[in-house]
Amino acid sequence: MSDVRDDAPSYVSKDSDVQKSEAQQGEGTVWGRTISIMRPRDELYAFWRDFRNLPAFMENIVAIEPVDTGRSRWTVKGPNGDYQWTSVITEDRPGEALAWASDDGDVKNSGRIEFRDGPPGHGTYVRAILAYDPPAGFIGKAIAKLTQKEPQISATRDLRRFKQLMETGEIATTTPPNREPHS
Amino acid sequence: MRALTWHGKHDVRMETVPDPEILNPRDAIIKITSTAICGSDLHLYDAYIPTLEKGDILGHEFMGEVVDVGPKSTLKKGQRVVVPFTISCGSCFHCSKQQFSACENGNPAENQDLGQTLYGEPMSGLFGYTHLTGGYPGGQAEYVRVPFSDVGPIVIPDGMPDDDVLFLSDILPTGWMAAENAQIEPGDTVAIWGCGPVGLFAVQSAFKMGAHRVIAIDHFPHRLALAKRFGAETINYEETDTYEALMEMTGSIGPDAVIDAVGLEAHGFFADNVVDQIKASTFLGTDRPHALRQAIVACRKGGRVSIPGVYGGFVDKFPAGAMMEKGLQIRTGQTHVQKYLPQLLEMIGNGELDTTFLISHRLPLEQAVEGYKMFKNEQDTCTKVVLKPGLELA
Repeated sequence: MSDVRDDAPSYVSKDSDVQKSEAQQGEGTVWGRTISIMRPRDELYAFWRDFRNLPAFMENIVAIEPVDTGRSRWTVKGPNGDYQWTSVITEDRPGEALAWASDDGDVKNSGRIEFRDGPPGHGTYVRAILAYDPPAGFIGKAIAKLTQKEPQISATRDLRRFKQLMETGEIATTTPPNREPHS
Repeated sequence: MRALTWHGKHDVRMETVPDPEILNPRDAIIKITSTAICGSDLHLYDAYIPTLEKGDILGHEFMGEVVDVGPKSTLKKGQRVVVPFTISCGSCFHCSKQQFSACENGNPAENQDLGQTLYGEPMSGLFGYTHLTGGYPGGQAEYVRVPFSDVGPIVIPDGMPDDDVLFLSDILPTGWMAAENAQIEPGDTVAIWGCGPVGLFAVQSAFKMGAHRVIAIDHFPHRLALAKRFGAETINYEETDTYEALMEMTGSIGPDAVIDAVGLEAHGFFADNVVDQIKASTFLGTDRPHALRQAIVACRKGGRVSIPGVYGGFVDKFPAGAMMEKGLQIRTGQTHVQKYLPQLLEMIGNGELDTTFLISHRLPLEQAVEGYKMFKNEQDTCTKVVLKPGLELA
């Protein structure tokens, strides 16, 4: 292996040790994705910084309630019922990045979101990184995949909804609120 | 309300379904006055395209009257509008470049996973098509919900009949963009494969853009006659060797630009396990890219290839050598409908474009099932079926 790493983010590495380098607490699975959003990064950061906004576009989050400065209580739908934990903000650079990590609860996890200017005319590059230990190990992961609540699937969709909400003011849907989703 | 719903191969039904509701602030509800069956609807009818679900409402060519608006719609109740088949937000990167059919925000997030896997990028939202394109209920119905109603629909002036403007929803701008993608220069000879609605509108558009000659290729005599009516020379590929004919008609140079208005959408997809098959990359290789192959081989060196015909999967024996060695330029894509509407509406109003010649049948919406059968089985003479809710047959 070369001594010099390429410029791609670590989470797309083919080397699992490199992949896990961004796990804040040594979690076993790291996922990341970057999506461009045609809004200024200060606005995107400000929206994200108020965690109470997140359930609007995150399908599996039941609630995020502030506990005190820097701490919030997360309730998330999982394959075998709701999971809960308390998250602590581990990094806060206004307009640039925000990171958090669980400090107790059902699932050890952490996350980070970065806001960088894209090339001219290309909006803001928003990069989300999640690290977690799958609930109940391999079986839990398989069940989660079947029910489409696997963190990587739902996080990708969450990022797309965040983009929709920021760029259009609404989230695309075909489902009346009183009916079951179509697909 | 009453609506035409899909239930399986050659099984569409008129059913009573719940009325659409305003779901988002920019929505509007349109009461349909005219809606057409598109060639691409036939591929849903033939069950070639996956991710349709039983009960889905079809139809992506429609117009009508605004009857309800969300708080952020710019439409007003009572206005008559034609609605583009592409659902576009107007504010994402692609919309800002007027690439409306590449809009990133029209397709609900939960429908984007498969498109991402198939194409590397999810498809945008379309009305009345599949769940790859959002699963939006279509307009072959009494009412339809229109998202982003402040961006898509174009208001039609009083006094312009439905039949004149209905095709702004898809096939007219699609034919127009096909000609634009051919980058026509004065003196050009343009060859067009397929004299369906898109091919016929491409014939008219190519002349408008300065083509000296247009050569239209098909095997249906009635459709070739329609192309001739707009000034095209014709080749019937059942009677004539198309390549030889094109070479003879162009002094052995070949057409300056070629347009494939055939596509192979009908054979582009298979319903089972598309995601796994993509890895094998041979399964979808049974498409029939005959028109595209022929167009690329016939095109002159340094010429232009425009592909409005829909392709969905992979093709075998793509003539990459001819494309490269002859230095061809290729342009393609779903139509950026919103970009073309004001200009085309004006041209219809001035009588510069003829749209109504295409309509061979007008039926009440209630007879939509018969309309599908006719459009499929009588392709020579049944060039376009327009459905009108409440129409009384004379």
